[in-house]
Amino acid sequence: MQDWRDAKGPFAAIFGAPALWLLAFFLIPLAIVWAYSFGRPTGLTDIAITGTFANYVRTADPVYLGIFAKSIWFAAITTLLCLVVGFPIALVITFASERGKALLLLAIMLPFWTNLLIRTYALMAMLRTEGYVNTSLGWLGIGPLPLLHNNFAVTLGLVYVNLPFLVLPLYSALDRLDKSLLEASLDLGAGHLRTIREIVIPLALPGILSGLLITFIPALGSYLTPDLLGGPDSQMIANVIERQFKRANDWPFGAALSFILMYLTFICIAGQGLLARRREKAGAV
Amino acid sequence: MASDFTQPGVIAGSRRGFLAGIGAAAVGISLTGLAGCGARGKSINFYNWDTYIGATTLKDFKKATGIGVKMSLFANNDELFAKLRGGNQGYDVIVPTNDFVERMIDADMLLPLDRAKIPNFKNIAPGFQNVAFDPGRRYSMPYTWLVLGLGYRKSKIQGVPDSWKWVFDSDRYKGRIGLLAEAGDLCRLVLKYMGDDMNSKDPAALSRVQAMLTKQKPNVAVFHDDNGQDLLLSGDIDIVIEYNGDIAQVMREDKDLDFVVPGEGSQVSSDCLCIPKGAPNPALATEFINYLLDAQAGAEITRTIRYPTPNAAAAALMGPDYRDNPVIFPPKAILDKCEYAKYNGEAMSRLYEDVITRVRAA
Repeated sequence: MQDWRDAKGPFAAIFGAPALWLLAFFLIPLAIVWAYSFGRPTGLTDIAITGTFANYVRTADPVYLGIFAKSIWFAAITTLLCLVVGFPIALVITFASERGKALLLLAIMLPFWTNLLIRTYALMAMLRTEGYVNTSLGWLGIGPLPLLHNNFAVTLGLVYVNLPFLVLPLYSALDRLDKSLLEASLDLGAGHLRTIREIVIPLALPGILSGLLITFIPALGSYLTPDLLGGPDSQMIANVIERQFKRANDWPFGAALSFILMYLTFICIAGQGLLARRREKAGAV
Repeated sequence: MASDFTQPGVIAGSRRGFLAGIGAAAVGISLTGLAGCGARGKSINFYNWDTYIGATTLKDFKKATGIGVKMSLFANNDELFAKLRGGNQGYDVIVPTNDFVERMIDADMLLPLDRAKIPNFKNIAPGFQNVAFDPGRRYSMPYTWLVLGLGYRKSKIQGVPDSWKWVFDSDRYKGRIGLLAEAGDLCRLVLKYMGDDMNSKDPAALSRVQAMLTKQKPNVAVFHDDNGQDLLLSGDIDIVIEYNGDIAQVMREDKDLDFVVPGEGSQVSSDCLCIPKGAPNPALATEFINYLLDAQAGAEITRTIRYPTPNAAAAALMGPDYRDNPVIFPPKAILDKCEYAKYNGEAMSRLYEDVITRVRAA
C-alpha cells in the first residue's frame, strides 16, 4: 500500500474537509466547554475562566459521587442484561440462512428508524398503570403492577435502547469465526454448550469486549430514558448535567461534571485497549 | 370552539405539555441561528410556548397589517434563557414568565417598550398594569396568568384535597403523587406550606424544605416536567401539582378530574410579551404586541388556549363557561394568598437546584 506521505496533495484533499469539520464543530466547542470547567460564573451570562479547580472539587461531594456510582450501576446492569439477551440473538443470526440473516438483521436495525423519543413514549404506553401490559395482566387477574416511573422501567428502557449496540458487534465477531473449528469440536464429542463455552466465547472475546464497551458508554450518559421512564429515585448523571446548564445556569459546574463523565469514558476505552494489547501479546507467544 | 379540543391525551394542547417532553431531547443551546428567517419584507420572529396562540391570530394579524409572523417554540423558560444568553439570534417577540422577565431585565437582555405605540394597554385589568417584577411595565406586557394547584382524580381522592399536606407531608396517597420537577417552584410551594416566606433566601428554611421532601420521597410516584395533566389523565397518578390552565384542558376530556388551589395559598405566574435586545424589528414587534392586547384578538387567543387572561376587554367577550369557571378563575379569597415568584439571584437558582438534586439522590 502506498504511504500517505508519497501523496500529500490527494491525501490533504480527501482528509482536509473532514478534519476541518471535526476541528470546527467538535474539537473547538469541546475545548470551550473544557475551558468553562475551570471558570466561574460572574453574572447572569458571563463566565470568567480563572483556572480554578473549585468545580472539580465540588464534583467530589458525596451526593455527586453517589449519582456517578448510580449511573455506573445502571450502565453495568444494562450492559450485562444486553449481553445475556444479545448473545443468543447474535448466535441465532450467525447460524441462520442467508435470507433469515438479512431479515433478522433488519429486525435488529428497524428500531433505529424511529426516533428514540417516540420509542420511549411507546414504552410508556406499554408500561403505564392503565397501559397495555397491565391491561393484559388484568385479564389474568394480576396487577396492576407498578411498571413505569421506577428503576425497573429505566433498566428495561436502557436494555431496549442499547441492545442493538451489543448485538451488531457480537454478530460480526461470531460471523467471522471459522465454522470448521466448531464442527471439529462437535465431532470430537463436546456438546453444544461446551462448544460455546470453550470455543466460541474465547474466539469471539475481542468482539464481545468491544460490544460491551459500545453498550456501556452510551448507557452511562443516558439522559432521555431516566428522565421519561424514571421515578423519584432514577436520576442519572446526565440529568444533573442538563439541569446545571439550564435551570441552575451554572455552566462551569455542568462542564466539570461533563468532563468527569468523559474521563470515565476514556478510562473504559483505555482499559479495553490495554486488555486487547495483552491478549495480542499472549497470542503472539 | 370547545370541539377543537378533542386531541388525544398525550398531546393535549398545552403550553407546558407535550413539548416539555420533547424539550427533554432537544439541546437548549443551539449553535445555528435563524439564518434564512431574515428580515426581508415585513416579518417578525415570534418565540412562543407550544399551543399558546389563537387558532387564527397570526393570519388575522397578517391580514390587518401585512406583517408576517414566523413562530418558533420553546418548552420552558430555561430553554428560552439559554438560547438568548449567547446573543439574540433574530427573535423579535418572546414570552418569558415573570421571574424570567425579572432575570432578563437584570441581565440587560430586554428592550424598553415604546408605550406610546401600545394604546391597547388600556384593555389590561388594573391589577396587571403595574407589577413588582417590572415596575411601571417598562419591559413587559401581560399575556396570560396562571396559578399552581393540585389536579386530582375525584374517584380516587377523599374529598377536596385543599392543602399541600396531601402531596408534601402525608402518605395517604402513597405512590399516586406527582410533584413538579422544576426546582424553584417546588421549593417555593413547600416553603408556602410550611408557612415560611415563599421567596425566602434563608438557607435554614431551604434545608427544612430538603428534609421534608426527602421524607416524602418514598410516597412520590414521579417528578414530572410539566406534563402532570397527561399523567393524571392516563391514570398513572391521582394527585399532581400543575397549572390551572393545563388541568382545565384535560377536565374537558375526563369529568372525573378536578383542580383546587390549596388553602395555604400558592404561586401565581404571569407570562409576558417582551422584546429582546438585538431584535431585528422592534417597531414591528411593538405593533404585534399591541395587536395581541386588542380585545378581539385577545378573545380569539383565550378561546383557543383557555388560560386566564389579564386582558379585561377580551375577558368581557368570553362566555360564562370561561368567565365563571372556578378552575380558570379560582376564588378571590385564595388568590389573595398567592404570590409571584421573585427572582432571587443566581445563587438562589443554584441552591434550589442543589436541594432537589440532593432530594432525588437521597
